[in-house]
Amino acid sequence: MIYVVIVFLWTSILLYVLLGGADFGAGIIELFTSKKNRSKTRKTMYEAIGPIWEANHMWLIIAIVILFVGFPKIYTTVSIYLHIPLVCMLLGIIARGTAFVFRNYDAVKDDMQKVYTPIFIYSSLITPFFLGIIAASSVSGQIDMQAQDFLSAYVFSWLNWFSVAVGIFTVSICGFLATIFIIGQTANDDDRSFFIRKARRTIYIVMFCGALVFVAAYHENIPLATWIFGDTLGLIVIIAASISLVIMFFLLQRKKPVFLRLLAGFQVTMILFAATYSHFPDIVLIKNGSNLSLLIHQGQAKAIDTLGYALLIGSIFILPALAYLIYIFQLKKEVQEVH
Amino acid sequence: MDDFLAARLQMAFSLGFHIVFACIGMVMPFFMTVAHFYWLKTKKVVYKDVTKAWSKGVAIFFATGAVSGTVLSFELGLLWPTFMEHAGPIFGMPFSLEGTAFFIEAIALGFYLYGWGKLNPWFHWFTGIVVGISGLLSGILVVAANAWMNSPAGFDFVDGKYLNIDPIKAMFNDAWFSQALHMSIAAFVSTGFAVAGVHALMILKGKNVTFHSKAFKIAAVFGTVAACLQPISGDISAKDVAHRQPAKLAAMEAHFHTERNAPLIIGGIPDTANKKVDYAIKIPGLLSFMTTGDFNGEVKGLDTVPKEDQPPVAVTHYAFQIMVGLGMAMVLIALLYFIALWKKQQWLKSNWLLKLFVIATPMGFIALEAGWTVTEVGRQPWIIQGVMRTADAVTPMPGIAYSFYLFTAVYISLAIIVSLLLYRQIAMVGKLYDSSTKPHKN
Repeated sequence: MIYVVIVFLWTSILLYVLLGGADFGAGIIELFTSKKNRSKTRKTMYEAIGPIWEANHMWLIIAIVILFVGFPKIYTTVSIYLHIPLVCMLLGIIARGTAFVFRNYDAVKDDMQKVYTPIFIYSSLITPFFLGIIAASSVSGQIDMQAQDFLSAYVFSWLNWFSVAVGIFTVSICGFLATIFIIGQTANDDDRSFFIRKARRTIYIVMFCGALVFVAAYHENIPLATWIFGDTLGLIVIIAASISLVIMFFLLQRKKPVFLRLLAGFQVTMILFAATYSHFPDIVLIKNGSNLSLLIHQGQAKAIDTLGYALLIGSIFILPALAYLIYIFQLKKEVQEVH
Repeated sequence: MDDFLAARLQMAFSLGFHIVFACIGMVMPFFMTVAHFYWLKTKKVVYKDVTKAWSKGVAIFFATGAVSGTVLSFELGLLWPTFMEHAGPIFGMPFSLEGTAFFIEAIALGFYLYGWGKLNPWFHWFTGIVVGISGLLSGILVVAANAWMNSPAGFDFVDGKYLNIDPIKAMFNDAWFSQALHMSIAAFVSTGFAVAGVHALMILKGKNVTFHSKAFKIAAVFGTVAACLQPISGDISAKDVAHRQPAKLAAMEAHFHTERNAPLIIGGIPDTANKKVDYAIKIPGLLSFMTTGDFNGEVKGLDTVPKEDQPPVAVTHYAFQIMVGLGMAMVLIALLYFIALWKKQQWLKSNWLLKLFVIATPMGFIALEAGWTVTEVGRQPWIIQGVMRTADAVTPMPGIAYSFYLFTAVYISLAIIVSLLLYRQIAMVGKLYDSSTKPHKN
């Protein structure tokens, strides 16, 4: 049953990165779009995201509940030593979630929009940035349970060049997901080529930020290259992701949006896989080497069993309903447009 | 500020904020679906207008409740890591089920808000029902987790270790039913009175009277029926607390000495040093009767609890008095409203009854917050009753005071913006929702 729980944990994180990430990307893209094109970007984006918006962010809650029920030691260690970036991420989540609703549901469209919009776009940037920092800090091995002073216990546990680079990389991934997503939502050819140009640019940026992560890892003496390339499976995964990126780059013009989305999803899945696979079952690396493992630091068997059953039963309810929601508001619309 | 106090205050603020949004988010869908039902049945456009206006409210409250709930799931670990390390696996069952219920609610809300004209009308209506039921289920599950802190079950506590854990037993602990019942009814009372009060004010102002009258009636019926049921559930809760947590009951009642024929103490200022209550109304024997069913029954006082295990008396007592007092005031208004509905139809058109509802707008929520203060402060100094002290659960990270200031500032700004949004929604009813006054498009 422990493996069922781990699969659910990993899948929730992946879906949060993919779906929540595309949502964050929407705000990020808005930030990096000239004033002239902003309203176009926004309109195209939110017609698509609106109905499934709330559901996208539920994956984070599922992941966190799995952590504190199934792996309490891991949840509490991260909560203590990564308190500061977690609080920053939470502030981002609050600001973003509420600003999104406020700007859509304010009955009077006036200057208050000028308050909501910057809050929305900047928190869309900050949240995935800190999410990336937290993810990087869990593997950068700087969490020090023996630390005596405030800085080394609660600040240098997460503040280093590697985690900052991963933060930036996460932001670029979100922007990438959003631009690929938006291509399929465009109403006319002008908009379509506008967003295809944007997608090209984002792909360059993602590759640049990815390289930055390796440079930062080298600088911080983190054996990232060994982790990822030192293993056959890891190597295959990375090569597959790169090839699909190249394919995507050339097919941006031609292929159907669904295919592009699948490719983008595949690439991000591979990145997350490569990043987590090499340490498995360890999930949080600790400075003195006493790493936290999903297998060793799991809760008592009965807790894991009931959690597993709760998740299985839950997914029987959630997945069909979610699929139907996406079908009604996404696919059906496209089918109608074709006919 | 002391870090421990700051952590407690931050938790209290976060919960106090979340509770309001969560309650409205779980109760308003029921009002909305009732109005929607009338629209489908009678085809009177005003019901459709009310439904649409309320669904906007649900969207705002649901989203705010969802983010504040996400924050809480992290804050449990950020502020109380030692508690979560041991309690997580034991009381996690309701949380993992709640994740499902909440997810379903989010999906159903997506269908509901964006489904006008896209779905079969009755299926569309049904998704609204799903929003309400899954919201209510989420609430019940979270309260079951809180109940476990008051009434720990489903594990053996041996030499500081938590052994043989049984998450199902932990979920169905002794307190879950009485707490979940009391809280669910409270959500209906407070939301019903708050919504009815707002619409009553608009009727008094003479704006879109038909629209607001229909809305008022639906909310008022929910709120008043729930208000009359609440004392029964309160009685169940009080008997349960007296039995399980005598220290909490003693603090609620400022009952210092164990005695038979114990009086019910109403109001007054507790004097902890001299162990007495000044200026209170005392009804002899009533507390004994209410908790044991016998006027001569023995009620344990604070003297049975070691000093270091006693909850703060004054806060618990005042909060309890506020909750009961406001609850009773709402029962009175409810009774007047029932008389008006059945016997004195002319009262419904008179201003004084509507004015009473306007005055009662915040009463439910104040009572709700006071009730949670009783539950939480009354359990102190324990975070898990009799097992773990709150002071032992707090995070080792210093500087929590700054985090408290930050979150307080965020929550206050959010409260202000949400109020502005609601004010605007209500002020714009004539232009956006009421078809009889709305400017026609094209």
